[in-house]
Amino acid sequence: MSFYLRRVAFYLVTFWAAISLNFLLPRLLPGDPAAIMLGKLRRASGGRPLSEETVQAITSILGAGRDMSLWDQYVAYWGRLLQGDLGVSSTRYPAPVADLISAALPWTIFLVGTATVISFLLGIIVGAWVGWRRGTRLDHLVPITTVFQSIPYFWLALVLVAVFAVQLGWFPIVGGYDVFEFPAGPEWSWAFLGSAIYHAILPATTIVLSSVGGWLLGMRNMMVSTMSEDYVVTAEAKGLTSRRTLTRYAARNAAIPSLAGFGIALGFVVAGSIVMEQVFSYPGLGKLMIQAVQGLDYALMQGVFLVITLTVLVANFIMDLIYGFIDPRVRHNG
Amino acid sequence: MDDSQPTLDRAPDDSGYAMGDDAPFQAPVSAEAVRESAREASATAAFAVAQAGRGGRFRHILPSRSGKLINGLVIVGLITLFGIFGPMIAQPPRDSDNDALLPPSAEHWLGTTKLGYDVFSQLAWGTRGSLFIGLVAGVVALVLAIVFGVFAGYFGGVADEVLTLFTNIVLVIPGLPVVMVIAAYVQTAEGLGPLARSSLLVALVLGITGWAGSAVVLRAQARSLRTREYVAAARVAGERPARIIFVEILPNLVPLLAAQFIFGVIFAVLGEAGLSYLGLGPTGSITLGTMLNDAQTGQAVGTGAWWWFVPPGLIIAALGAGLSLINFAIDEVVNPKLRLAPENAKRQRQAAKAGKGVADTGAFA
Repeated sequence: MSFYLRRVAFYLVTFWAAISLNFLLPRLLPGDPAAIMLGKLRRASGGRPLSEETVQAITSILGAGRDMSLWDQYVAYWGRLLQGDLGVSSTRYPAPVADLISAALPWTIFLVGTATVISFLLGIIVGAWVGWRRGTRLDHLVPITTVFQSIPYFWLALVLVAVFAVQLGWFPIVGGYDVFEFPAGPEWSWAFLGSAIYHAILPATTIVLSSVGGWLLGMRNMMVSTMSEDYVVTAEAKGLTSRRTLTRYAARNAAIPSLAGFGIALGFVVAGSIVMEQVFSYPGLGKLMIQAVQGLDYALMQGVFLVITLTVLVANFIMDLIYGFIDPRVRHNG
Repeated sequence: MDDSQPTLDRAPDDSGYAMGDDAPFQAPVSAEAVRESAREASATAAFAVAQAGRGGRFRHILPSRSGKLINGLVIVGLITLFGIFGPMIAQPPRDSDNDALLPPSAEHWLGTTKLGYDVFSQLAWGTRGSLFIGLVAGVVALVLAIVFGVFAGYFGGVADEVLTLFTNIVLVIPGLPVVMVIAAYVQTAEGLGPLARSSLLVALVLGITGWAGSAVVLRAQARSLRTREYVAAARVAGERPARIIFVEILPNLVPLLAAQFIFGVIFAVLGEAGLSYLGLGPTGSITLGTMLNDAQTGQAVGTGAWWWFVPPGLIIAALGAGLSLINFAIDEVVNPKLRLAPENAKRQRQAAKAGKGVADTGAFA
């Protein structure tokens, strides 16, 4: 049980660190983001004076003047966060940041989540097979995957758009759904779901193509190492079928480091997907983040950063739990 | 793969190095080097000649001369040469006298951009800019990884706990969003002077956010090395910890350090490309990422100007692939199983084909 307690404690500490980083960055780096943000909000509201409430929200997020100690600011910052108040966006004034994020979050989770699961399973299965057939021509697959791994996500997205959307016209160029067919925005219907999936094919393909190489390679290398273990020799000597040796003896154990490395890889996928969403104008968190950064909408930027971090932490935590379930060793001496 | 002298490169014992756990580190160290040199002495004269040409006493830490290594070195070398000498022969990268959006021709090898810049020239300067950022960020990340990984692994105890906790926190917080946030704050800051949004600053930020994965790997190996006899001997002899780390431990980590440095460079080049593509990269200097950003704002994809956005991505992909190939060669030194197992399987399969009575199916064929 203490394994799970330790993991929970670790993620709580990490979450606290992420929030504190978010608090400290605008205050410690040179410049005055609060003043810039307030200026932008004033312009966005058409020159009308901002309400006291809005000004307070911004200063508590991005740093007040000199009248408050850093500690008091920190307490106020936490107070706001715990109420779910992330301030008001300036690029989409007067929409609250929290609303914008909750509209964008499902898109990203659905897209990145599905693509990552597909890519992970594909990489593990193909990697196990390539590792099993080590020393054959399949080994040449290894250098090829590195090329895919080294391609920037967004560039692959650009090429896919140029070929399949612009030239061939098979897929839509931008967006998460057909805005002309559904002008009122997302709705719960089969037609909308179909449109969303149709629009998600190219972005998902981009993620799978760029990330599958890493899984494949890690699994292949572990498989090659595992295959020279004594228990695999024993399995072979006992006369077990190849299939059973492959799946029950070798692949199962070779997959464990891939699970352990899931968190690190997920960070890369998230980073790549953020930039990629810009290429497709996909209505997810990445696009929101980019919009915020380019428009110097610091409140929105901070909110999106927090939510991305939180989502990644939750995904990591779930993976840790699965890992602890699969590999008892980490529960006992990890 | 097509190593001409496989027997020479075989490490005497092949218990492996597994990701993330504390398996003994198997880069052949002193005792094995002695054994190896003994074997070499007994080898034929022809072998000895071949041996002398291959780096003498440091050969055991050099990657084997495999196809992967050679291909990787050639790719990376060509790109580096292009980055160094390309800008000298190309026309100025911001010369807008040319016609706009010309497709590739004899005069403009890779065509021109919407503003009439020569793409070949931009590519040469961009390669130089990206390589600079990659190298600086790689060095910064490597230094941080040594501090957080090797020091933690060597000292153990409370220092290890604290450094490892910090490493793990940095590891799970997604890197690029942090870089974006920092870049967004920094780009409006006035106090930085010429440093603001320079290549150097971008490289520093990428280095500071990209070291954690390497630190984890280095820590595991340092922890294993500190229990070796020669480290204990140095400690008993009264060596200072700093000297033990730099003289006894780090030299034995060279293959891993090289691999982690290469990872750092790949990470930084890719990170810079993404950052610049979003318009957060260095202003004033040209990198492969800023080229892609220009292509994006210039509607290169919509207008079908493939010669504008395809080459920068290809260079990034080729550089990353070349560096990864070098890393594989290093991996095969660190973990001999990766090289020996496929070779053995191949030999067995060939023997079966030649009818030498070995099973040709199953796990070991």
